[in-house]
Amino acid sequence: MVMTIHVDIVSAEEKIFSGLAELVIAPAEEGDVGIAARHAPMLTRLKAGEVRVKVDNSETLPFYVSGGVLEVQPHVVSVLADRAVRAKDIDEAAAMEAKRRAEETLSDRSGKLDYAKAQLELIEAVAQLRTLDRYRKNR
Amino acid sequence: MAVGKEIRVKIASIKNTQKITRAMEKVATSKMRKTQTRMLATRPYSKKIAQIIHHLSHAKPEYTHPFMVERPIKRVGVIVLTSDRGLCGGLNSNLFRMALRQFRSWGKDQVEAQISVIGQKGCSFFHGIGAKIIAQATKLGDSPHLEDIIGVIKVMLDDYRDGNIDELYVAYNEFVNTMTQKPKLLQLLPIKCDELTPELAGHWDYIYEPDAKEVLDDLLVRYVESLVFQGLVENNACEQAARMVAMKSASDNAGKLISELQLIYNKARQAAITQEISEIVGGAAAV
Repeated sequence: MVMTIHVDIVSAEEKIFSGLAELVIAPAEEGDVGIAARHAPMLTRLKAGEVRVKVDNSETLPFYVSGGVLEVQPHVVSVLADRAVRAKDIDEAAAMEAKRRAEETLSDRSGKLDYAKAQLELIEAVAQLRTLDRYRKNR
Repeated sequence: MAVGKEIRVKIASIKNTQKITRAMEKVATSKMRKTQTRMLATRPYSKKIAQIIHHLSHAKPEYTHPFMVERPIKRVGVIVLTSDRGLCGGLNSNLFRMALRQFRSWGKDQVEAQISVIGQKGCSFFHGIGAKIIAQATKLGDSPHLEDIIGVIKVMLDDYRDGNIDELYVAYNEFVNTMTQKPKLLQLLPIKCDELTPELAGHWDYIYEPDAKEVLDDLLVRYVESLVFQGLVENNACEQAARMVAMKSASDNAGKLISELQLIYNKARQAAITQEISEIVGGAAAV
């Protein structure tokens, strides 16, 4: 029997996931981190990407987060996402559209004000698509 | 018959008003349900982040964030959350009354207050009394997003960091139930640590990545934002509930007024008929 750890994923506007898992992999700012039970307390920022919750050997749940904070206590992992979506709910068309829009703005250097924003949007959109891709492959 | 024309006109106009208040009541009822679910949906996040802050207050951090340090109070900031529209009973005025009482008591201690306002009603009120407004946001609609209020909060946080204010509060209406809303003043900064849970207290600290200052800065700003946002959605639910109750009592009052006027009208009509008959009878007897 593998030790399990309690995982809560919440976004500012709703609760996304709550339950037990063997391992949680989250996109921390300085690279992905994997967290199992009895991890030392940790506090870190997340970047846009995918949080994977390994419930057991046969099932891994993917979630998309746009950034946020990760807190680890020995028996609880909390993901405070700015925006979180279950991977299967990511609207691919919307993600593609957002990516295209961001790239358009990026290539158009005249509007310098929006440059940073567009880059952020692009990162988010790409991360969403990647999450979706992986979700499809695993099915 | 010419009798009581003005009464009939009056009854008709009250009936029209009643139609409007009834419609508003219905709209407020359905909106209230929506805003309440929204209020409940945001709770897990604020609960979770409050929990982390609670844990954090037990840790022995290598770095103490300015948001957690108490300073002598010379100036305070208040974020006042109000509704955009009126016709919601005493909701906003109760809040203003509480705020003014608080300002007066600060005034006695030589503490200056500066405010930032969310919502049309608060803007016009505080402009009217000449308060020091440093930021405002209006027309957020019925389902506000966090992005809409970040600016207002940031202005205050920057002032706190620069030492322009020493305490930060948020004032809003707390949703007790549909019939009751209570004005509430909540201290945001410095973050108050509630009493410690013994089993958590000890000499441990988090591993911070990339480093304590950046992570804490991010987390505490988020904490303040989540508190204000929670207040905003709660205030929204209050607004709809208060409007529903106010409109219901307005419709009821209109109904009462109508039945009273109807009675007066009937009496006048009957008196006119009686008078006419007695005139005819009198005339016949004379002939």
